[in-house]
Amino acid sequence: MVTASKFDLPQGTLDLLILRVVALGPIHGYAIAQRIQQISRNALQVQQGSLYPALHRLQYKKFLAAKWAESETGRDAKFYELTAKGRAQLKSETESWARLTELVALILQDPEGELS
Amino acid sequence: MNWWGRLLRSDRLEQELDQELRFHFEQQVADNVRAGMTEPQARRAVRLVFGGLNQVKEDCRESRGTMWVTSVAQDIRFTLRTLRRDRAFTIVAVLILALGIGANIAVFSVVDTILLRPLPFLDAQRLVWIAGNSGTGALSDTTFRVDAYEEIQRQSQSFTEMTAYVPFFATSDAKLTGLGEPRVLPGVWVAGNFFHMLGVRPQLGRLFTPEESVKGGRPAVLLSHSFWQRQFAGNPAIVGQAITLDNHPVTVVGVLPAGFDFGGVFHPGVKADIFTPVVMDNIRNWGHMLSIIGLLKPGVTVAQAQAEADVVYPQIIAAHPEWMTDLAVKITGLKDHVSGTLRRSLIVLWCAVGLILLIVCANLSNLLLARAAARGKEFAMRSALGAKRSRLIRQLLTESLVLSSLGAALGLTIAYAITSYLAHQGSIALPLLSSARVDASALVWTLLIACIATLFFAIVPTLRMSRGNLQDSLKDSGHGASAGRKHERMRAALVISEIALACVLLVGAGLLLRSFLRVLDVDLGFEPSHASAIKVDFNDDGKPARRGAILKEMLRRVSAIPGIEAAGISDKLPLDRNRSWELRAKGRSYPKDANQDAFVYIVTPGYLDAMGMHLRSGRDFNWADTPTSQPVILINEAAARRDWPGQDPLGREAEGIGDGVTRVVGVISDVHDSSVEEAANPEVFVPVTQGSPEGGELVLRSKLPPGALAGSVMSTLRSMNPGQPATEFRPIQQLVDHAVSPRRFFVLLVGVFAGLGLLLASLGIYGVISYSVTQQTQEIGIRMALGATQARVQLRVISKTLKLALIGIAVGVVASFGIAALISSLLFATAPTDPLTFACMILLLVTVALIAGYLPARRASRIDPIVALRCN
Repeated sequence: MVTASKFDLPQGTLDLLILRVVALGPIHGYAIAQRIQQISRNALQVQQGSLYPALHRLQYKKFLAAKWAESETGRDAKFYELTAKGRAQLKSETESWARLTELVALILQDPEGELS
Repeated sequence: MNWWGRLLRSDRLEQELDQELRFHFEQQVADNVRAGMTEPQARRAVRLVFGGLNQVKEDCRESRGTMWVTSVAQDIRFTLRTLRRDRAFTIVAVLILALGIGANIAVFSVVDTILLRPLPFLDAQRLVWIAGNSGTGALSDTTFRVDAYEEIQRQSQSFTEMTAYVPFFATSDAKLTGLGEPRVLPGVWVAGNFFHMLGVRPQLGRLFTPEESVKGGRPAVLLSHSFWQRQFAGNPAIVGQAITLDNHPVTVVGVLPAGFDFGGVFHPGVKADIFTPVVMDNIRNWGHMLSIIGLLKPGVTVAQAQAEADVVYPQIIAAHPEWMTDLAVKITGLKDHVSGTLRRSLIVLWCAVGLILLIVCANLSNLLLARAAARGKEFAMRSALGAKRSRLIRQLLTESLVLSSLGAALGLTIAYAITSYLAHQGSIALPLLSSARVDASALVWTLLIACIATLFFAIVPTLRMSRGNLQDSLKDSGHGASAGRKHERMRAALVISEIALACVLLVGAGLLLRSFLRVLDVDLGFEPSHASAIKVDFNDDGKPARRGAILKEMLRRVSAIPGIEAAGISDKLPLDRNRSWELRAKGRSYPKDANQDAFVYIVTPGYLDAMGMHLRSGRDFNWADTPTSQPVILINEAAARRDWPGQDPLGREAEGIGDGVTRVVGVISDVHDSSVEEAANPEVFVPVTQGSPEGGELVLRSKLPPGALAGSVMSTLRSMNPGQPATEFRPIQQLVDHAVSPRRFFVLLVGVFAGLGLLLASLGIYGVISYSVTQQTQEIGIRMALGATQARVQLRVISKTLKLALIGIAVGVVASFGIAALISSLLFATAPTDPLTFACMILLLVTVALIAGYLPARRASRIDPIVALRCN
């Protein structure tokens, strides 16, 4: 809670993380932040200032659908869930992310480029 | 929710956003409390992490993609507020823009109507005008015999269809009786398929059937919309009923739509109330009678049709030597035929309003610069408070856009008024003008020029204002005699270009005006003032002797009316309808292709005097020229020069007029027959007793106004012929006015634009000089305190004005030489470098500049040094 984000998330990565978390089922904004934090073992803290604009952007792009429902605490909360379009987006984004990290790793592991 | 939903339902979105963030907040607090904090501690901690709630909200709003609309709306609201505060500036700017944009839209509407828009017919692009005699000469030359029309139709492959009408309207006019006073209705004989081919659908009833255009068929007539309204008050029951035309019952088969304007397209200024199907067999032997319009097959070009005609027509002619026609056919697009000759004038007009728009932009630019100087501090302040440069630019552009939108809206109103005024000017002989209106394409044009204008006038002040070092601008508006010099140079450049543009406009307008005056000055060969004409009706049963007796008596009785100085009758009037026959000197051999056409007028004795024509030698006709006496003619000098060069034609014999040989008994000076601007054609006058007139125009010369004569003349005519239709007196001057109306129209418009340009330029000069005087109040105060006289101060300001004006004029004159060369084909008896015009216009500009400079100069000289020095 006290630690600030240890990484600057690359542009667009937050969207991917949100899509991934929402893919598990309808979930509200606070829970999304919590979930990302938990999964990353507190290494990633998503600020509200980035989370909500991102959520809204994804909603307007029709990757997410939102509805108001009662939360676990009994208060009304805005729940997000993945649309079919969002699911497809998640799939292609995940693949390209995997591809990208693979390539980056490949280059970084190139022995000729090693610092010594 | 789509973009529009997000834009329009932002209230709900705001509420949801607030609720969502609050939920997050409370949840976090609850978690913190659960982790062991006290409630206030928890809240504080969360607030710290949350940072600015408003910033989060702002970012969320940004993600909606609708924020720019909101901020533009904000800009506009702010702009309207500023403009309302600065009322004088706003009014002046909007007025200037409205005049410039209004003039542009009005001219665009006219150009669009006459030049750009297709003719209001079906397949208008495929319609062509088919003219004889290579398209030149009098109506009798360019028209065709019925046989030729039918033969061309049969042998041409390029056309889907052809149609024709008889352009000799005197023959097709008809006398309407049985409905109030008898009246002559202007009518047109058209081929049976005329309306069908043009795609004109009747508003009521039907078009002609084929049996209505054959000999012995049921007589039928179509009414024009305006005549139907006027005569029958728009009563639909008239369709199917018979009316009496030329003493025969004719069935009204239908009413044409209001949008069909025959005169407007084919003969500007000609009115047509009724349309009758022409029976081709009836006019088969009448010689050249038909104007032909063709409808090209889809895909066939005008050039292809012309190429075909070049082959086919000579073959037709060769097979029919008895037609005595051997000249080529000329095919042009109908639109070209209708408005092709006006293209250049209209383009000049268009350029003139374009110049006006440029001057308007320069003026506005200037006003905005002056304003920018005054608002420098405001912008420095906003910038200091964190407004981004892009935001400031947007604000300035918004202001400019709002100004030009207001100007465009007002301009549209002005243009609407001008256009509807022009559309109702029946006396202007310009084709299609009656259908001029501000339509959708004019609206698009408005939008376009408003945007272009904004760009033009806003770009300089905007860049200047937003670029400038803000510290500078804070300093610049302070003290110091030479403050704002850079600013002023910019404004001076703008004023110079305004003057140069105004100079070009003035010189152009001056040249056109001088040409117009020259045209008015042309010796027409007759005296239009104090003469008027009235159409008379007489029944001579086709017997020349009887005709002579009737007309002699008619003229005797009319001449006896007090106030009538001279009276005479001709079947056609100069500058009105015409007809031509061949005229040859007997015994002279002519080359085979020589065009021997001469305009023919069949007149009574006394007609020459009534018209004020000048007999050069010989005698006028008299009543002793009878059907049985020696056939005689009068000719004009052009005919004398052509057929009896170097000889005295008096007493010579001529061929081609009438049946045999005629003797020339008199020569008159040339009368402008078909155009004021072109030289007279050869003309022949034939006595009424020796030719067959097509109707009669009684010409009266009197100092009394036609209105005062109408009653007595009409009752005299009625006493001879109770069937004399009620027709209006037509002043002969009207014929001249009509003939020069296109030129008058262009001169008037270009003149008004030049005046407008001058006014705007003088406003520009005044603005700049006045501003610089205000800026230099202190400096002038010091000078005066040090002993400068009032006259000296004035002189300084005026010489500054003069310097600007002279530079502008120098540039303008150079440009004017170029422009003048471009419009030289529109000038009449005026050289494009006409020194008088140039001198006058330069003088005018200098004078106006001096006046515009004098006012601030006077103000400067009245500056009280004490006040000036104290004011800061």
